[in-house]
Amino acid sequence: MTVESTAARKARRSAGGKAGTTGTKSSTTGTKRTTSRTAAKKAPGTEPELVQLLTPEGKRIKNAEYDPYVAGITPEELRGLYRDMVLTRRFDAEATVLQRQGELGLWASLLGQEAAQIGSGRAVTDDDYIFPTYREHGVAWCRGVDPTNLLGMFRGVNNGGWDPNSNNFHLYTIVIGSQTLHATGYAMGLAKDGANSAVIAYFGDGASSQGDVAEAFTFSAVYNAPVVFFCQNNQWAISEPTEKQTRVPLYQRAQGYGFPGVRVDGNDVLACLAVTKWALERARNGEGPTLVEAYTYRMGAHTTNDDPTRYRHDDERAAWEAKDPIARLRSYLQSQTDTDEGFFAELETESEALGRRVREVVRTMPDPDHFAIFENVYADGHALVDEERAEFAAYQESFADVEEGKQR
Amino acid sequence: MTAQAVAGKNMALAKAINESLRKALESDPKVLIMGEDVGKLGGVFRVTDGLQKDFGEDRVIDTPLAESGIVGTAIGLALRGYRPVVEIQFDGFVFPAYDQIVTQLAKMHARSLGKVKLPVVVRIPYGGGIGAVEHHSESPESLFAHVAGLKIVSPSNASDAYWMMQQAIQSDDPVIFFEPKRRYWDKAEVNPEAIPAPLHKAQVVRAGTDLTLVAYGPMVKLCREVADAAAEEGRSLEVLDLRSVSPLDFDSIQASVEKTGRLVVVHEAPVFFGSGAEIAARITERCFYHLEAPVLRVGGYHAPYPPARLEEEYLPNLDRVLDAVDRSLAY
Repeated sequence: MTVESTAARKARRSAGGKAGTTGTKSSTTGTKRTTSRTAAKKAPGTEPELVQLLTPEGKRIKNAEYDPYVAGITPEELRGLYRDMVLTRRFDAEATVLQRQGELGLWASLLGQEAAQIGSGRAVTDDDYIFPTYREHGVAWCRGVDPTNLLGMFRGVNNGGWDPNSNNFHLYTIVIGSQTLHATGYAMGLAKDGANSAVIAYFGDGASSQGDVAEAFTFSAVYNAPVVFFCQNNQWAISEPTEKQTRVPLYQRAQGYGFPGVRVDGNDVLACLAVTKWALERARNGEGPTLVEAYTYRMGAHTTNDDPTRYRHDDERAAWEAKDPIARLRSYLQSQTDTDEGFFAELETESEALGRRVREVVRTMPDPDHFAIFENVYADGHALVDEERAEFAAYQESFADVEEGKQR
Repeated sequence: MTAQAVAGKNMALAKAINESLRKALESDPKVLIMGEDVGKLGGVFRVTDGLQKDFGEDRVIDTPLAESGIVGTAIGLALRGYRPVVEIQFDGFVFPAYDQIVTQLAKMHARSLGKVKLPVVVRIPYGGGIGAVEHHSESPESLFAHVAGLKIVSPSNASDAYWMMQQAIQSDDPVIFFEPKRRYWDKAEVNPEAIPAPLHKAQVVRAGTDLTLVAYGPMVKLCREVADAAAEEGRSLEVLDLRSVSPLDFDSIQASVEKTGRLVVVHEAPVFFGSGAEIAARITERCFYHLEAPVLRVGGYHAPYPPARLEEEYLPNLDRVLDAVDRSLAY
């Protein structure tokens, strides 16, 4: 007895008498495919909606949905946001220079992304928890992490020099996307604890392709975790443009997971503040995750090791320069508030002082003790680590003997 | 309290782990169980049987089918103060989570300069001999032992399974807990009032004088059988159950080898770059003048785990281990 599947029988039948029909069918399918591909290209992504409250010229635009989240903002608070962005940019520039001078091994500049980071960073409350990538210097600033602490890993004296729990700001994560799962797990914990706080996870357009990000979306949706996924789409993942990561605008991916996604002008600090506040409020209200895509631009190189002239044109950068996050808030402050020139002058002085302090701290940052290699590998210790530490000590000791001998 | 009053119960290894998880859930509200099918079904091996019913969906969590997500969210929960015990359904399915385990779980304590502890237990049923399909019979412990920051253990019997799980959950370090799935139904006495041996200490399970057999997990039972067979031929074999692959109790192996002068290491994992290689190297360094023969290893071959009809040829068995014992004694 021959056992064969229904599908196999079907195929044999069509291959038999109706070859012509099969041919027509396949050509129809071909046409359909082309059509669907065209349709995908014209999918809602061609002209995505962008939440903007402040134009590049510094004009305030009304937005019924998000205005309430920044309705009560005072000129003083606006100046605060401006100050944060200026000081973050100054710190960032100083770090780039320190790398060029050999004081840092590497630096990942946030130039151009100040509004996305300060806007979202100022939206979180003290009890909220933040999971950054390795470029969130502005968010760290909002969190009160001493900027010089961020430089330790780039100088090579540690792999993260701050206590995540003292500022609710996790260590920088270099394996892109990994932290979105940690954020989701932490948010699941918040929900279990009945805490009235939320989590925000930062990642980029490149990381959006990682499986971990997809899994974080799945887990957070399934468990309704209070987490905001804040994607800074800075257009470039080292040399790869966003088109190499996605066919649809990134914020639209949220829909497939069953939670809202919003694209916000990432160079508009006010819009980033409002949208992030909205998303965090949803999380706190038990409405689950939100994806925010902050549409921005990486004005500098990926890191100080990168050379963007090999893959992108200067005119693109020039176009984004016209949308500078700091310039637009300055225009607004000057035209719509009582901010006087003294404020800007004072900030300039403060800025220079910050640069000086960063320089001095980095240059005097001591190398770690040799035995730091063996420290904290385990919380409860490990026999092999103890053994190798002792071997290393004996080896070091042998050099000391030789040197002493020479001196004698 | 007297020993009589709390006499141990005879139970299968899987049940012992179940009891241990139950005790952990009872005694610490921060302990969570996570994994695929661990809830209503009780896991494909029933190791978590009945736990969701008694502790609720909030603590015994059926997860989406995504291993990186399971370990990644467990890390987040641990950061929030929880002590997650996650189940990877089968050895061959751990690799999507390998990135989270190696780059995140293992390193967090060091990179936070000791400020962050991640008490996460990753349970992995491992090993072959059960006639399973591809990816259901592997022994990947060496791939984890190579990573600093992780602790790797594997019990060989029900009593150790119970106690080692208690200790793994109490550990502030991440522990990869390899469960010998072909021994899940082997019974032994478990006394929940006993005082357990330290988690990373090897145990002499049979004393001997002519040769030392070292094994862990599923191979301990085999080595006991080898020792029985050798005894019939008048040879006295000492069997050491390592219990822990990282850290590895070299002191206990050294003490045994200084007595016997001969060492054979047995594991299901491939011999090439396996834990036996590390044991051979270190014991050669430590016991060079005590060794009467080179350290020999019996394990899997440098080939993909074979189809089930061939696994008896691939896995160490009584004759292959006896053959190695003969070769060692012939030096």
